[in-house]
Amino acid sequence: ARPSAMAAPGAAAGGGSSRSGATEWGGFEDNMQGGGSAVIDMENMDDTSGSSFEDMGEMHQRMKEEEEEEAAEGEAGAAEEEDGEFLGMKGLRGQLGRQVADQMWQVGKRQASRAFSLYANIDILRPYFDVEPVQVRARLLESMIPVKMINFPQKIAGELYGPLMLVFTLVAILLHGMKTSDTIIREGTLMGTAIGTCFGYWLGVSSFIYFLAYLCNAQITMVQMLSLLGYGLFGHCITLFVTYNIHFHSLFYIFWLVVGGLSTLRMVAVLVSRTVGHTQRLILCGTLAALHMLFLLYLHFAYHKVVEGILDTLEGPNMPPFQRVARDIPVVSNAVLNTTAKAVALTL
Amino acid sequence: FAGLADVSISEDIPVEGEITVPVGSRSPDEDYSTLDEPVRDTIMRDLKAVGKKFVHVMYPKKSSALLRDWDLWGPLVLCVSLALMLQGGSADSKDDGGPQFAEVFVIIWFGAVVITLNSKLLGGTISFFQSLCVLGYCVLPLTVAMLVCRLVLLAGAGTVSFIVRLVVVVAMFGWSTLASTAFLADSQPPNRKALVVYPIFLFYFVISWMILTFTPQ
Repeated sequence: ARPSAMAAPGAAAGGGSSRSGATEWGGFEDNMQGGGSAVIDMENMDDTSGSSFEDMGEMHQRMKEEEEEEAAEGEAGAAEEEDGEFLGMKGLRGQLGRQVADQMWQVGKRQASRAFSLYANIDILRPYFDVEPVQVRARLLESMIPVKMINFPQKIAGELYGPLMLVFTLVAILLHGMKTSDTIIREGTLMGTAIGTCFGYWLGVSSFIYFLAYLCNAQITMVQMLSLLGYGLFGHCITLFVTYNIHFHSLFYIFWLVVGGLSTLRMVAVLVSRTVGHTQRLILCGTLAALHMLFLLYLHFAYHKVVEGILDTLEGPNMPPFQRVARDIPVVSNAVLNTTAKAVALTL
Repeated sequence: FAGLADVSISEDIPVEGEITVPVGSRSPDEDYSTLDEPVRDTIMRDLKAVGKKFVHVMYPKKSSALLRDWDLWGPLVLCVSLALMLQGGSADSKDDGGPQFAEVFVIIWFGAVVITLNSKLLGGTISFFQSLCVLGYCVLPLTVAMLVCRLVLLAGAGTVSFIVRLVVVVAMFGWSTLASTAFLADSQPPNRKALVVYPIFLFYFVISWMILTFTPQ
C-alpha cells in the first residue's frame, strides 16, 4: 500500500517548504520517532490525524515537483530547516500519518515478498522431476509399445523431466535439419523458430487435448497429458534424426508409419483406456492421432533438404509434386523476386 | 565476576567513555575496503581471478575455486566474443542463415539458466550463480574452437578444412562437456548424474553445431 498510490489530487499545500530530492523517504525516517519501530510517542502527536494518506501523497507529490524544479542545493542544511518548517506548517498531524503509512508500506512489502517467494518458488515443480535414469529409460522404451488392455485405466507417470528433455532434443534435431536444408527464416531467427515450433506443439496440443478430454469426460490431468505427449515425441525424435541425415523419401514414409504410428498408437490406447463411450473415444483419439502424425509430416517436409540428384535416381516419376519444389536456391528465388519487383514497379 | 564485587563508583565522578564497541577492530575490514586503491589494482585483481578460472577450465581437476568465488565476468567475455565471431556467416546476408548476436547470447544464457534450474530441481546442492559461472566458463574450449575454425576458413573452405574443423570442434565439445561435468556432477546425488549431464551435453552440442556450420561470406 504505497501511500503515493493513494495520493489525493488536491494541490500541494503551501509549497513554502523547499525540499530537495535527497530527503525523500529517508529524511522522514530520521525525523520520525523510533525510526521504523512501532512505538509511537504520543506526546508529539496531534490528534487531528485523519487523512494521513493524503498527507503522505501530498508530500510525495510536492517532493516530486520540487525535484524537478530545483537542483540539489545544500541538502543537509535544507533538510533540517525544512523539516522544522514542515512541522510548523502541518502541525504534527502528519507525524502519526507518516508512521502509519510507513508501517503499511513495510507490511505491504513483506506481503509482496512472501507472495513472490510462494509463487516463484521452483519447489512447486520439484515432485515432477523426481526420477531415476532407469525410470526415464524404461518410459522411453514403453512409449513405443502400445498397450493391449484398454478396459481399465492405464497408469501415466506425471513426470516432466523426460518430456522436457525430449522437447529440447527435438529442438536440437530440428536445428540440425534446418541448417542442412539451408532454410532461410525471414521473420525471426532459426533458433527462435525451432524452439517456438517444438514448445508450441508440446504445450499447445497438450492443452487442446486436455480441453477435449474435459469435454469428453476422460480421466486425465494436465501434467499427465503433458507427460504423455512429451514421451510421444520420442518417436518423432528418432524419425527425424534418421531421416534428416539419410534423405530417402521412402525411408521417411516407412519411419513415419512405423515409428510415428507406434507412438501414436500407444498414446491413443492410453487415452482410450481412460475414456468411456464410443463417440468420445473416437473424437479424442482421432484428433490426437491426426495432430501427432501430421506434425511429424510437417517437421519433415518443412525443413528437409531436397536432394535433387538422389531423388531423381531413386524415386522416379511418381513423387508427389510439391516435394520437387527446391525450397531455397538463392539464385532462383532472387531472380523471381527481382522480376516480380520489376513487374510491380512497371505497373505502378 | 568475583573481582568486581568490591568495585564501587562514587557519585561525583562522571562516567565517560565510549559505549559503542568498535565492531570489527580485529576483523580484516581494512583489507576489504578497496575504495582507496588505484583502479589498476582492482582491475588486475579481477583479471587475475578470471585468468585463474580459465586455467582451471583448461585443466579440469577437482578444485573448488570455480565454485567458491564465482564471478560472471569470464562467461560474459566468452559469450560476447563467441557471438561476435559467429557474426557475418550466412548464405544471404539480409535474411540470414547464420545466428544473430542476440540469438547466440540468448541461447547461451537461457540454456545455462535452464540447465541450472534442472539441476536444482533434481536435487542439486549448487547455487544458481555458481552453476551459471561454471557453465559459462566451460564455453572457453568452444571459443577456442571457433577461433581455430575461423583461421582454418581463412585458408579455404574445402573438404579438408571441414574435416579439420569437425575434429577440432568435436574435441573441444568433449572437453567442455567433461569440464563442466567435473564441476557440476559432484553436487548431485550419485545415481542421478546422467540426468544432469544430458542437458549439458545438449547445450554444448547446440553451440558446437553453430560453430561447425559457420561459413563466412
